[in-house]
Amino acid sequence: MNLGIWPVVAILTVAAPVTGAAGLFNPTTFTLDNGMQVVVVENHRAPVVAHWVWYKVGTADSPVGKSGLPHYLEHLMFKGTDKIPPGEFSKIVARLGGNDNAMTSYDFTAYFQMIARDRLETVMEMEADRMVNLRLAEEDAITERDVILEERRSRVDNEPSSLLGERLAAVQYLNHPYRLPVIGWFHEIQSFTREDALAFYRTWYTPKNAVLVVVGDITAEELRPLAERTYGRIASRPVPPRNRLREPPQASERVVELRHERVRQPSVSLSYLAPSYNTEGGERAYALEVLAELFGSGTTSRLYRSLVVDRGLAAGAGAFYRGSSLDQTTFRIYATPRPGVALEEVEAALDEEIAKLRAGEISEEEVARVKKRMLAEATYARDSLSGVARIFGVALTTGQTVEDVEAWPERIAAVTVEDVRIAAREVLKPEHSVRGRLLPPVREASK
Amino acid sequence: MNAPDRPARAASVEEVVTPLGIRAYLLREPAIPFISLAFYFEGGAAQDPEGLDGLSNMVAGLLDEGAGPYDSKAFRSALEDNAIRLSFDADRDGFSGDLKTLDTTREFAFELLRLSLTEPRFDEEPVERIRGQILADLRRRETDPDYLAARAWFARAFEGHAYARPTRGTPETVEAITRDDLRRFVADRLARGNLHIGVAGDITAEELIPLLDATFGALPERPKLVALPAATPKAAGVVIRRMEIPQSVVVFGHGGVPRDDPDYYAAYVANYILGGGGFSSRLTEEIREKRGLVYSVYSYLYDARYAPLWLGSLATRNETVAEAIDLVRRETQRMARGEVGQKEVDDAKTYLTGSFPLRLTSNDRIARTLVAMSYQGLGRDYLEKRNSYIEAVTLEDVRRVAKRLFAGDTLFSVVGDPDGLEPRTE
Repeated sequence: MNLGIWPVVAILTVAAPVTGAAGLFNPTTFTLDNGMQVVVVENHRAPVVAHWVWYKVGTADSPVGKSGLPHYLEHLMFKGTDKIPPGEFSKIVARLGGNDNAMTSYDFTAYFQMIARDRLETVMEMEADRMVNLRLAEEDAITERDVILEERRSRVDNEPSSLLGERLAAVQYLNHPYRLPVIGWFHEIQSFTREDALAFYRTWYTPKNAVLVVVGDITAEELRPLAERTYGRIASRPVPPRNRLREPPQASERVVELRHERVRQPSVSLSYLAPSYNTEGGERAYALEVLAELFGSGTTSRLYRSLVVDRGLAAGAGAFYRGSSLDQTTFRIYATPRPGVALEEVEAALDEEIAKLRAGEISEEEVARVKKRMLAEATYARDSLSGVARIFGVALTTGQTVEDVEAWPERIAAVTVEDVRIAAREVLKPEHSVRGRLLPPVREASK
Repeated sequence: MNAPDRPARAASVEEVVTPLGIRAYLLREPAIPFISLAFYFEGGAAQDPEGLDGLSNMVAGLLDEGAGPYDSKAFRSALEDNAIRLSFDADRDGFSGDLKTLDTTREFAFELLRLSLTEPRFDEEPVERIRGQILADLRRRETDPDYLAARAWFARAFEGHAYARPTRGTPETVEAITRDDLRRFVADRLARGNLHIGVAGDITAEELIPLLDATFGALPERPKLVALPAATPKAAGVVIRRMEIPQSVVVFGHGGVPRDDPDYYAAYVANYILGGGGFSSRLTEEIREKRGLVYSVYSYLYDARYAPLWLGSLATRNETVAEAIDLVRRETQRMARGEVGQKEVDDAKTYLTGSFPLRLTSNDRIARTLVAMSYQGLGRDYLEKRNSYIEAVTLEDVRRVAKRLFAGDTLFSVVGDPDGLEPRTE
């Protein structure tokens, strides 16, 4: 049961954890002459492929005052080129028997089609075409801005837990653009223009800044000529560095309370600034994954056992962490009280459990147990064509390599109990954290 | 454009029948060393006794919380430590479950499933814990516009029928459920006679047969189900629940076409054209693409057992709710007049046939497709034949069924603070 208060950000299907096992995916990778990287993972169970193009640009690369502009551009990419009339892109894919969509996150923007293998070259031509030949009518740009405002109302403004999630991020990051909502602030979305989107497009959309991931009924030998005939014909422009504002040292614990008329079920969340695979301290990322798993994943986790089962205080509790992020990410913990239990009581219990982790109370046995499970579960990750494409796309747009993805099982296997203890001590520091409370407008009398 | 017509491995669906007479559809796929099993017992929340609304949902939350020799903690550890995924769910018409296991833990996974179906413990601690979770969830839903809009639609459309009742119950009914009620549910409702099974992944029929008998063989032969009358959604018009939110949620719909109706596939094509086809649909074109009123608008056929339905949803700012509803009405009326073109039908058919293999690319999805084939009575060769059913649909079929499907008025259920819209029911 999902009782967490963290928003599922924008189209944003938040990426799955990068999982694998030795030789699990067996990807092939090569680079086109124009610098576009290509990854192929074979899966021949059906005559189908998942075709994804990932751009190394996302909301954290928004121009100042234009938060969410990459997401706006993502929507506008369906508005046509010289060859494709406005609004026809998805209809053509549908007539080819395919599904298509796109997604934006902090570090990437991705476009995908699921399609019969013998139609792949057509969608590659279409995707390559819109990489450089986007044509935008002023009227379409304005209408789409309204669509995004409706999307924001659905995902955020209508949803108190999402409103709190936005404010937690804004307070967790003092300076770095991960403080922005992926979809953008409402008033900044209202300011988007066609020219804003086109300038951003011309800056970032070029083969050298893109990664092609194809998973399904095709080999690298078969894909290479198709890639050369489509994306390979586009000359790359120079790509600017992703110069993001850097986060200063954090020195104070922060508390954010959101009181909202519609909150019937309070909750508490903690967010700690944490290294990603790609940042300084990135060697801790694998230990942090193990820590999140043993602390707060599933019903046998410490948090669930303690707060939900043994003490009966919480309806739900958990923790999660993802290392796949270009810059510093967060380690998150949440709990929701059972009806009739005061939030303070749940928070106190949560704090006790966190204190145990910081004190190093982590056993060899529990680390071994969750590592075994994480490695076993990795087998399931091979089942979905798009799931595999996402694992590689997220990794390659957040500073990782294909080798890193394939090495995930051995790196998890190598995590020791001491690594987990150190990671807990270094990351779970109050001065690096934000505590968020979602509350009804007037504190209810405890029953 | 022609659609590719190579249904994935369609020919290899086997109908397995065990010595104890348990049937399952199996699609073998040895590439990855695990299987997904989906099962479905006919009879869902609509069967829950009066005053015990939410019983099916509560049982679904408890069958994996302790069974046989394993208390809740031991059972959950057995699952999670072995990467075995077992879950249950209930909807109006059925009680379903999914089991996923690596080859190395297969025997144990089936044993845990057997225990959960035949010897659930319903110990006090998990019963009260899951009850607390359901109550917390119901409290959260008290102000969730999506939930409330759908609730109000069903409550109004099916007044007097079991479909009007909340599938997850209310705080009062959930509080009233006793351990005896939970045990009675298991004894009465989980039987071989109302069971359907689909299996996909790395297993042969020979390997599967003894596991099916060992797992499901101990279930009683016949379930005790109450006979429910067929129903048609009665009301039309607009119901509004006022809530101060920036965007109103609208659920709309009316009667549909039965799953076994000769015109079902024509209705499926008609709905694709109107609201099922994403960017290719008329509703998306008119309401989102031309006017920017919504992020999402869609419709679908809901094959409810006692009342086939056509349902849809949209969300738009309060100022434009009336306009969006008028557009839905206008487009359904166009369909009702049979205003459908040959190209639209052709495009719908190439999508619906060409995209069918995309559904058959993961064990999870295949297992769910197989179990649906079983309870909907579609036959073992459905994966092979399904595209021919779509191909056979003509423009005339679509026009005929559209006139029938969209002839009646639609009931709109709105949650929010819409401008210039008054409740009106007939």
